[in-house]
Amino acid sequence: MDKQLYLDLYYQMVLIRLVEEASAQLYQQGKIGGFLHLYIGQEAVSTGIISARQPKDRVITAYRDHGVAINVGIPAKLVLAELLGKATGVSKGKGGSMHLADVKRNFWGGHAIVGAHLPIAVGLALGDQYQGSDAVTICMFGDGATNIGFFHEALNLSKVWNLPVLWVCENNQYGMGTAVERASAVKEIRQKALGYNMPNSRVNGMDVLEVRQATLEVLDQIRAGGGPHLMEVVTYRYRGHSMGDPERYRQAEEVKRWQENDPIGIYRRHLETRSIATPEELDEVERRAEQEVTEAVRFAEESPEPPPEALFEDIYAE
Amino acid sequence: MARITYREAISKALWEEMERDPSVFILGEEVGVWGGTYAVTRGFYDHFGPKRVLDTPIAEATIVGAAIGAALTGLRPVAELMTINFAFAAMDHIVNQAAKLRYMFGGQFTLPLVIRTVSGGGRQLAATHSQTPDVVFAHFPGLKVVAPGTPEDAKGLLKAAIRSNDPILFIEHATLYPVRGEVPDEEYLIPIGKSKVQRPGRDVTIVTYSKMLELSMKAAEQLAEEGIEVEIVDLRSLRPLDIEPVIQSFKKTNRAVIVEEGWRSYGVGAEVAARLYEEAFDYVDAPIRRIAQKETPLPYNRTLEQMALPQVEEIVRAVKEVL
Ligand SMILES: Cc1ncc(C[n+]2csc(CCOP(=O)(O)OP(=O)(O)O)c2C)c(N)n1
Ligand SMILES: [Mg+2]
Repeated sequence: MDKQLYLDLYYQMVLIRLVEEASAQLYQQGKIGGFLHLYIGQEAVSTGIISARQPKDRVITAYRDHGVAINVGIPAKLVLAELLGKATGVSKGKGGSMHLADVKRNFWGGHAIVGAHLPIAVGLALGDQYQGSDAVTICMFGDGATNIGFFHEALNLSKVWNLPVLWVCENNQYGMGTAVERASAVKEIRQKALGYNMPNSRVNGMDVLEVRQATLEVLDQIRAGGGPHLMEVVTYRYRGHSMGDPERYRQAEEVKRWQENDPIGIYRRHLETRSIATPEELDEVERRAEQEVTEAVRFAEESPEPPPEALFEDIYAE
Repeated sequence: MARITYREAISKALWEEMERDPSVFILGEEVGVWGGTYAVTRGFYDHFGPKRVLDTPIAEATIVGAAIGAALTGLRPVAELMTINFAFAAMDHIVNQAAKLRYMFGGQFTLPLVIRTVSGGGRQLAATHSQTPDVVFAHFPGLKVVAPGTPEDAKGLLKAAIRSNDPILFIEHATLYPVRGEVPDEEYLIPIGKSKVQRPGRDVTIVTYSKMLELSMKAAEQLAEEGIEVEIVDLRSLRPLDIEPVIQSFKKTNRAVIVEEGWRSYGVGAEVAARLYEEAFDYVDAPIRRIAQKETPLPYNRTLEQMALPQVEEIVRAVKEVL
């Protein structure tokens, strides 16, 4: 891995963290409405995974989608503009936080009905297989999503048809206030692949390099015709499920324990102790990310509202 | 009489019925430890325990399916679907199972089942999370659909629903939870399937329900200042539809505006207007008007979303137009 890539991953993780902190503030100021699900704590997951994909590989995820959006290369300003409901947002202000997408970047959306995008991922992969492409569809979802029927139908069919799908479960320990073991018959989500005779793995989601390496290997297998794979990535969300979550279901102690394993901190220490980058270089990366976010907030705030006629646009293609 | 919120009224109804009848229990996502996404069941888990307040996985089809099964054994489940948008993931169990089992098996099955859920837009939750598809469910014979617009009705109707031996979809409105209203101190039930005149008047009949009752009341107050007296009939149940009070009111006013939050096409307005034309044609003095959501999925952007939703001014204008 060359140094620039190491620094780039650091930049992306810091950028996600800062975008999320800025979003939380904008929400508190009443500039963002609706639901806002922050990705803080999970940055290493999408950063590691998306860094391993090729541009032809499709990506689809759930509503906790700001991280993926940044990683696929959507400028922070277009993400924030969407969060503010502006015409310049990636979804023209009509989707909001939960519905970022950028087809140019092969990012097929954040999806807010839990599990509903998994069957769609089956179709994306079917489309590629049908057309003779060796692209892989990367489908990300939460631990809670593995308990709904959509998940089971989609995994089964992806295996029956030997489709090129990388199923990624971001196990952040909770679906809203429900701990994994209170809702799932198996504690390790990867075990759910066994019923579908599907290769599977479990990865430390606080370590971006481990996530990246695991993804590179699995994508190669899938691309070579090995069929779908379920990768469970173990992680933690530091903030509430959405803004305004009273968090009665967990102890502050537990959150603190995970925060000591902060994915950005871990990665920074790794870069420093292996002398891959100097503290000054990393500080400089952070400054660049801060600057991008400052400019992004300004861009989003100054952007125009969608015009009234936008209400009736894009209902149909014809 | 106490002034309590719609949320408190629903919560009290559930609490009282659970205290009264040990066969009543709750199941759904985040109803227990979290206390309900809309805080309706806060405190229930601690008081009634995990046997009667069941946190489920995210599994709408099985939440409703399990409630059906438990009802068949004689229990009285109150299943909660976090919002009506997620009821689509349980559609088969609601419309193909709950609504049909009794009839299809020649009356052998009894389903004392309530599915509580939450409808409504206006909170910038974007297209999949903002719907008011109440009429979709009212299309199916075999299911009853109740949607109260006041704390008093919410409490009395929910208690009646829990005691009923039929499957009932009980639709609450997301933005009514903090709204206060007078509720009798003593116990009371309100029969399912009865419309109610919520405001008497002589000039124009407004037919509405749920959240749109609140908007219609505001419109009525504005119109009253100009000397126009509207009568507001609240349907309260979409199925069975109690059309008689609507017809009685219309025979008096000869003019009607129907206000619903959902889309106009094939909606409550279409149904009620057709019934008026069919059953009170001789009393029609002006075309019946329908106010409803614009025919588009709801956008996230606040201004666009409000453009799409019915507004008080629209109701006021429509009333003046039929006069
Ligand atoms: C079908 C459906 N049911 C319920 C919800 C409400 N809901 C939104 S997010 C969520 C929890 C999902 O948890 P998980 O899959 O673990 O993702 P996380 O939020 O942890 O990223 C629930 C229950 C929904 N959006 N869709
Ligand atoms: Mg989760």
